[in-house]
This record gives sequence, C-alpha cells and structure tokens, in this order.
Amino acid sequence: MTAHGSILELQVSPHLHTKVNVSSIMLHVVYSIVPVCLFGVYQFGWSALALIVTTTLSCLLTERVVCWAAGKPSTLGDCSALITGLLLALTLPPGLPLWMGAVGGVVSIALGKALFGGIGFNLFNPALVGRAFLQAAFPVAITTWTPAGAPQRFTSFVPSTFAWPFSRPASVDAWIAAAGVDGFTGATPLSLQKFSHIGTDIGDLFLGTTAGSIGETSALLILVCGIFLIWQGLMDWRIPTAVLGTAFITSLAFYVLNPGIYPSPAFMMFSGGLMLGAIFMATDMVGSPVTPLGVWIYGAVIGLVTVVIRLKGGLPDGVMYAILLGNALTPLIDQWTQPRIFGQRKKQHV
Amino acid sequence: MLGLLNQWRRTFSHGLHPPEHKELTAKRPVVRLPFPEVLYVPLSQHTGAPAKPIVRPGQEVVRGEPIAEADGFVSVPMHAPATGRVRSFEAVPSPRGRLVRAIAIDVYPSSDQAVLYGAPQDIDAMSPAELILAVQESGVVGLGGAAFPTHVKLRVPEGKHIDTIIVNGCECEPYLTTDHRLMLEQPGAVLKGLAIIRKALGAERAIIGIEANKPDAVAALRSVIRPEDGVEVCVVESKYPQGAEKMLIKSLLNREVPAGGLPVEVGAAVFNVATLAQIGELLPIHQGLIERIMTVTGEGIERPGNYLVPLGTPIRDVLRFTGLREGNPRVIFGGPMMGPTIASWDTPVTKGVSGILVLPQAVPENNGSAIPCIKCGACVNACPIHLNPCFLGQLARKRRYDAMDRQYHLLDCFECGCCTYVCPAEIPLVQQFRVAKQIVRERKAQA
Repeated sequence: MTAHGSILELQVSPHLHTKVNVSSIMLHVVYSIVPVCLFGVYQFGWSALALIVTTTLSCLLTERVVCWAAGKPSTLGDCSALITGLLLALTLPPGLPLWMGAVGGVVSIALGKALFGGIGFNLFNPALVGRAFLQAAFPVAITTWTPAGAPQRFTSFVPSTFAWPFSRPASVDAWIAAAGVDGFTGATPLSLQKFSHIGTDIGDLFLGTTAGSIGETSALLILVCGIFLIWQGLMDWRIPTAVLGTAFITSLAFYVLNPGIYPSPAFMMFSGGLMLGAIFMATDMVGSPVTPLGVWIYGAVIGLVTVVIRLKGGLPDGVMYAILLGNALTPLIDQWTQPRIFGQRKKQHV
Repeated sequence: MLGLLNQWRRTFSHGLHPPEHKELTAKRPVVRLPFPEVLYVPLSQHTGAPAKPIVRPGQEVVRGEPIAEADGFVSVPMHAPATGRVRSFEAVPSPRGRLVRAIAIDVYPSSDQAVLYGAPQDIDAMSPAELILAVQESGVVGLGGAAFPTHVKLRVPEGKHIDTIIVNGCECEPYLTTDHRLMLEQPGAVLKGLAIIRKALGAERAIIGIEANKPDAVAALRSVIRPEDGVEVCVVESKYPQGAEKMLIKSLLNREVPAGGLPVEVGAAVFNVATLAQIGELLPIHQGLIERIMTVTGEGIERPGNYLVPLGTPIRDVLRFTGLREGNPRVIFGGPMMGPTIASWDTPVTKGVSGILVLPQAVPENNGSAIPCIKCGACVNACPIHLNPCFLGQLARKRRYDAMDRQYHLLDCFECGCCTYVCPAEIPLVQQFRVAKQIVRERKAQA
C-alpha cells in the first residue's frame, strides 16, 4: 500500500458530475440554428450567406478583441459569440449592407454582452441589442425587403449588399423587378397586413416561402429545430409555450372582436419573427428567469407585448422589443417569484 | 397537479437520475473480511458525546465485550469487535479528517473469534422504556450514514405521537449495494428489528420503502411478511435523493416535514434497513454492534463486492483484501454524491460507513478558466428542497451570507449535491453552501 503514498488527495463531494457543460449546451444550440441558416440561404441566396458570415465573423472578432483588451483568456470556446452572430443575421433583411451587419455584430458583443461582464452577466439578449441598434440607426435599410426564392439569387447579390459604409445603398427595385415579383416590392406578410390589409396564405407562412428576415420565415423549420433542443433537454419548453400560447390567446381575443380588422391567430403565430423569437431568442438562458413561475410570467409578457405592438403599435413586428422588455423584467420577476421551499411554514415573521 | 402525479408515482419533485454503477456489486453476496492484526475502535463513531472507555491498556477483551460506555443519553457504548488485548489509546483519523481517540486492540491471531459475550433476553416482556435502554446498550446507530443514535429517535417528545414507521431501503446513492444485499440475505432480521422498534414507538403503521431498481429485494421482503405483521412494502421511484428522510416521507406519506423541523412533527420516524437488521439480530441475544456490511467498489478496486467488516478495521486492511488498482486514487467513505474523501489509509471503518468507493482522481476539465453562471436554471429544477441554488451561488460569490440565510433559506440545504451535479458551468455550489452554512451558524452562535 505504501506504493501509493501515505497521504491521499482530498476532494469534496459530489464526486460525480453530469456530462453536460456550457460548451456542449452552446454547441447543440449552434447545431439547431444551422438548418435555419441554410434554409435562409436557400431562400434568399448569396446575399444572405454573405450577411450571415459577416455578422458571425464580426461577433467572433469583437469577442476576441474584448478578451484581449480585458487581459482575459479567450472565451471563443464557449461558442456563445458564435450563436450571437448567427442569431443576429437571422433577424436581418437579406439585402442589408454587409457593413451594417458588421456594426451590428460589434454592438451585440461589445454593448450587449462585454459591457455587462461577458457571458452570464448580460441583461439582454446580445443579438437583439445589436438588432435594436441597427433598427434605430438604419431604419430604411432594415426595412428594405427582398423576395424569397428570386431566380437570380444564386447568380447575383442584392445590389445593396456591398454598399460603402455611410453611403446610400444602391436601390434594390431593379433587382426585385428582375425577380418577377408582382406589386408589393417583396414586402413582408406583416407589413402587407398592417399597412395594406392584405393577408398571406397560412401555408406559405408555415413553410417559409415569404419575404422576411433571413431566418424568420419558416415556422415549420424553426419548430422542428426547437423540438430537437427540447428533446436534448437544452431548452426550457415552458418559455416558447408561454410566448406562443399567450400570443395565440391575445390575438384570438382581438380576432373574435373584429375579424375584419385583425388578422387570425394562425397568421399571428406563423408570421414575422414570433416563432424565431419564441424559440431561439426568448429562451436565452442568461436573460430569462430561473424560477418555475417566473418562466411562465416572462413568456406571457413577451407574447402579450408582441401582439399589442403588432396590432396597436406603429411597427409591423414587436417581437424584438417584447423580448428586450422581458429581459429587462427578468431580475424583478425572479425576485417576486421565489418558490415555496419544501416544508416552508406559512408566512413566518422574522 | 404535478403533486398528484408524484403521489401516484410515489416520488418527490425535482432530484436527478445519476448513473447507478450498482451492477459492479449488486449480485455479489456478502463476504466476511478476515480480521486485521490491529483494530482501532474510535470512541466517537456516532453523533453525540464520545463513549467513555472502560478498559485499560494491557487488558484482554473478548469479542462482543463492552469496552466503552455511553456518556449521557445522546451517546452509545462500544463493544470489542475482536478478541485480543488492548494495546493503547491512540489518535486516529476520522472519516471527516479530524483526529479522534480510539482504542487500539491487538487481535489474537489464533482465536476462533466466537462471540462469547451476551445472553438471551425476552424482548416480548420488555416495556418501551426498557427497549429504548436495550437499543442504547446494543450500541446501534443509524447505519445509513448519519450514525445518529437510534434509541434517541425512540424517545418521542411529550405531546407528539409517531403513527408511521418508515423503513428506508432506498439506497439512492450510486455504487452502494449494502442495503440491497442485506434485504436479500437477511429480510427476517429487518422485520424482527422493525417489530421491536414498532413496539417501542407504539406506531400504527409500518412501511418499507424500496427504490424500483431493486425488485428482488422487494420480493424477498414480501416473501417473509405475514399478513398479521401489518407491514407494507412500497416501491418508490429510483431517483436521487429518494433515501433522504424528508424526501422518503413525502414520497410515501405525502407529508412535508416542516423546514428546520424533524420527522416526528409529521408523525413519522425513518429507520435504515441495516439499522433495523442489527437491532433484530442483537437485541434478542443482548449483544453489541461489532461489525457492519459495506460495499467496497469503484474503478480503483480489483475485487468489488459487499463485505462484512469488523468495526475499527483500517481501510488499508480492507483494501489489501479487495485489491487496489495502481493510480492516483480518490478514496470516498459512503456514496459519491455526499461521501467525504479520506486523507489517510489509517482511517478505520466506523458504524456509519456504508461503503468505500475508490475512483480515479478526476482531471479538471476547464483548466481553471471558470465559466460564470449562465442562469440556465438546472440547479433550480434539481434542488429537492426547492431552494434557488442559482441565487444562493451568486450571493456566496459576494460573501453575502446573511442574505443567503434570511432570504433564500440557506440552512434548509441538506447538502445532497444535486445542484453541483447538474451545473453546466461546474460551479461548486454545494461546496460554497457548506462553507456559508458553517459561517452563518457561527455568526448565530455569537449573536
């Protein structure tokens, strides 16, 4: 026995640990986002691919620079910057000038995450911080849509893609006309509904053959990817359930009151960024509550605010602001919804 | 609604399913370990006051003879685990690392080690008070790991009544199979001990709770229970920490022990199967606790199995018999979720040690570049007490121990380790809580 030495190394229990770690969680999220990215590229062509690559590289580079500036070891390995880059691209219109995408990536990581102290400390979903910045800074570019499935999407870029920084992007009208799309310059179903009262086929919305941001169009694909994450135990199913459930109930209430003005709940569920937001954005662990009741409240707030902005606000889509609001409320929700502990006596006054 | 579902499945909410690793030893019958040359019998093998020695160096002792007496009510006597001669009083390491006083006995190699001490006593004629005394004299303590003197639990406070006795055959810790083997090999002794305890407490109901992963143990116990015994065997979900007192009471009776309270407050008392088996064996012949079954297992053991070990055997001698593989071992007393590691091969086996687990030392995966909490909530969904380990961990980092206690019920943590097990950022949550609890207790003691 002396061969093993007489003093043993001490450790504290528990001596077992789950195989799940932060990197493996993040990596699985990346796996689940990739199909959505691929579908976006298939629908919107090279411009979409270029934008996805740009925002991703921008996020990764910013993360590296921030670590270097702070004198910390690189945190690229945790894959969270990769996720931010991909998600940011998915919320942008396919023809957005690449330099704006790059700015969005820098803002996402630097302002959305690093400023708060890096992974785990950010209040808001970093990708949505970047998108909110772009929406405020470039309101025209971020609402310039190109149609899905344009025949020339794999032979030419959208003209605005390679705009010089701070110059006026080239007009996309000719490109859209070349795609042979009728009338509405490839507007998204939500703007058509809001500003022109023109409905869109629910089947098209569900499959994702409509105009929109790179990753938001196919509700079906996003659902499948979300179910993969839930099945892997890496996503809280309660959040998308609460968001979509509340959005459904709220929009149903409006629809029943006046079906002539308000769109159907099915349209609400499958249009715009609701599905993408509910499944990939609202479920960001850092920005969502941890208490069992809090999770439901958080999801309900997002679903409600989304519908109210869409139907009563000035913007066609409200998912982004709804989630950012939900993120902001998270610390309060967590405070208020501390669970009753096992065997807790009723109202103890200390 | 979830509560109803849990009730139907006989379980509690939260908890986790770690890999069990019980297949290493579950099929191996209990084997008696040979006596070592020297036994070190610590005077403090239980919760409460250490026993007072009643032997002197040089004195001969017979196997089973009392060698130390209880010092007060919350204390138990010790009995000589082997025939031999008292060498001296020595300081030996306890499982928790502190040095404790022990009686060293040179074992007579030529002795046949028969237990000559003790005489039959008529259990049926004894009153509850006499039974409590008899249990104390036997030196039996909780053999599941807590080592709390059993007779203390039998004295119910004034105005309280225990209506249900719960027998704990869960063995929810991975790797351990002592209770499993014991239920298979000595189901009669468990029932006998249960009958004695039941008489002492005057309890109306008796339920044996066994995890669903031990159907053979369920069958073994059911085969020896007669209808007139009035004992139920209930299968509970295999889930860690099902064997924790509060969890098992919740699973079987749907009663919640009040926070900071004891099972007696909901009319229940929980006893480990091994504790009852010892009482069933020892009391009718008026003998003392001198040996225990333990699982010796893990990747570092050449011949894993279940062994009957004389108390006071240094683990050096246990592992000499079971074989130890080369490598840098992590030696754990008890199960991998809650068991402490020991620092020395000289540490003797004591009454509360249900197993020796030898695992390789793990190489830390993220080389010190700790990832902060990403608020995934896995710990919140694992904590069986429904604490918020996520918030507690953040407060611990800021050393805000008072807030942990006042707002987040720190002292209700019973250190099961579920939070640390599931944490993807590998934050040592339960470890921080142990430190924090200690600090809070000391601050309260000073105030």
